[in-house]
Amino acid sequence: MAKHRGRGIASVNYPIGMNLGGDPSQALVHSNPSGKFTVSLSSIDLGQGMKSVTRQICAETLGVPVEDVYVDTADSDTGPHCMGSFASRGTHRVGNAVMAAAKEARGVMMEAAAEELEVNAADLDTDGRGNIHVKGAPHRSISTKDVAIAAQFKQGKTISGRGIFLVPLSEVNPETGEMSPATCYAHACLVAEVEVDDETGEVAMVRMDSAYELGRALNPRLVEQQLVGGAWMGISHALFETPEPYYPDPAHGPRDFVEYLMPGPGDICPHDIAVLERPAADGPFGAKGPGEMCANPVLPAVANAIFNAVGVRMDELPITPEKVLRAIKAQGGARPQARR
Amino acid sequence: MTKTPLQFRHNGRDVALFVDGGVNLLVALRELIGDMTPKFGCGQGGCGACSVLIDGELHLSCLTLAETVNGRAVETLDGLKDGPNLHPLQRAFMEQFAAQCGYCTPGMLMAAKALLDRNPSPTRAEVVEAISGNICRCTGYEPIINAVLAAATSGRARA
Repeated sequence: MAKHRGRGIASVNYPIGMNLGGDPSQALVHSNPSGKFTVSLSSIDLGQGMKSVTRQICAETLGVPVEDVYVDTADSDTGPHCMGSFASRGTHRVGNAVMAAAKEARGVMMEAAAEELEVNAADLDTDGRGNIHVKGAPHRSISTKDVAIAAQFKQGKTISGRGIFLVPLSEVNPETGEMSPATCYAHACLVAEVEVDDETGEVAMVRMDSAYELGRALNPRLVEQQLVGGAWMGISHALFETPEPYYPDPAHGPRDFVEYLMPGPGDICPHDIAVLERPAADGPFGAKGPGEMCANPVLPAVANAIFNAVGVRMDELPITPEKVLRAIKAQGGARPQARR
Repeated sequence: MTKTPLQFRHNGRDVALFVDGGVNLLVALRELIGDMTPKFGCGQGGCGACSVLIDGELHLSCLTLAETVNGRAVETLDGLKDGPNLHPLQRAFMEQFAAQCGYCTPGMLMAAKALLDRNPSPTRAEVVEAISGNICRCTGYEPIINAVLAAATSGRARA
C-alpha cells in the first residue's frame, strides 16, 4: 500500500462563442449632459468582469477616462438584446458590440465638438483625459462635459451610438458534417501532478502548470482571476462534484452543501500560469476570452495523471476514491507508469 | 405566537427587538435589523456565508437562535469598516482580487477577522484552516488566502 505520484497533460482548442441560429449581441452607448457615458447591456456580469471589460472597451473607443463610463446591465426586459453570458462569448461578442456603439457615439461627439470649436471634425482628437482638441494644437480644446452640454442644450443632438455584433449562422454541410461554429479559437495546455493513494483511492492535487492563449488580455488581473478560479472548478469537476453519483440511478444524490462535495481551501495546489497573447483579428482590441476554457483542460490532465500514477484509465466523472479503488482492484493492484 | 424581547450590541450599537421563538440570528439581522451583509447560503451550516462574530468568536448565524445572543455583542461585515475607511482585510480583498460574484465574501471576511484577532501573524496553513468552513465557488480560494496573509502583513507593519 503506497501513494503514487503521476503527471498528466491536456491541450484544448476552444471555440469562442457558439453558433445555434447565429450569435448576436447588442449594445447602446449614450452620454448624459454631465459628459459621462452609459453603456446599456442585457449581458450579465456574474463576477467574471463583464462590466469592467466593457467599460474599458467603451472608454478606450470613445477616448475618455474609464471613470467617465458607467455600464448598466440591469434588465434584459428593457436593455438591448444579448444571447447571454456563456460559451466564453462575453468579451468577444459583447465587447465588439460595445466597440461599434462607442464608435458611433464618438462620431457624434466629435461632430458636436467640431461645431463648438468651429473646425472640421476630422481635425479633432481626444486626449483620453476628458478633452477634445485640434490635432497638433492641444490648447484649442473643449472638455467632453462642455461638448455634452452643448449637444444637449444648444445643438439638440444625442451623443449616442448603437452597436451589434453578429456571428451569422453557419449551416452544417449535410454530406460532411462540416461547419464553422466560431470565428476564433483560444488555446490552453495544462500539466497536472497528482498523488494517488492505492489503499483509499483518494487523489490529491500536487501542482498544476498551465499556459493559456486567449487573444489580448484586456484586463490581465481579471484574466488571472478567472484562470485561477476556473482551474479550481476543473479540479472540482474532475474529482468531487456530481448531482448523481450512481447515474443513471438517482440514489445517494446529494441534497445540500454538506453532501455535494467541492474542494475546500485545503484541497487546492500551487498553480503556475503563463498567459500568451495572440490578438484575434476580429476580437475587440484583439481579445478572445478565457471563460469556460479555464476549467476544461484540468479534467483530462487529472485523468491522465491518475493513469500515469497507478495505471488505471478513469473514463467517468467525477473520479471519486471509490471508482479509483475499484479500478485498481480490477487490474490487480497499482501499476505506476513511466514518469515523463 | 409570543414574542421574546431581545437586546444585544450590533456592531457597537445597542439594539432592542422582539423575536418569535425559534427565529435564527441570520433572520433577525437581515429582516428585523436590516443588516443584509450576512448572507443566506444553505441554512444548515454547510457554506459559511452567514458567518458573524459573537463576543469575538466566529459563529454561523443561520444555526444560532436569535434569543441566545441576548446581552452579547454581535459583529457583522457591516461593522468592519471605520466610517469611510475600509478595514485592512477589505482593502486586501480588493487588491488581491479575492472576490468574483461576492456572495461568500462577507463570511470569508468575518472568518478572516476572527483569525487575525486571535492570531495576527498566521501561517498559510492557519489561514486555510480558518476559512475551511466557508465555500467559495469562483476564486479557487488562492486569492482569498493571499488577501488574508497580505492583511496580516499590513497589520503588523502598522502596529
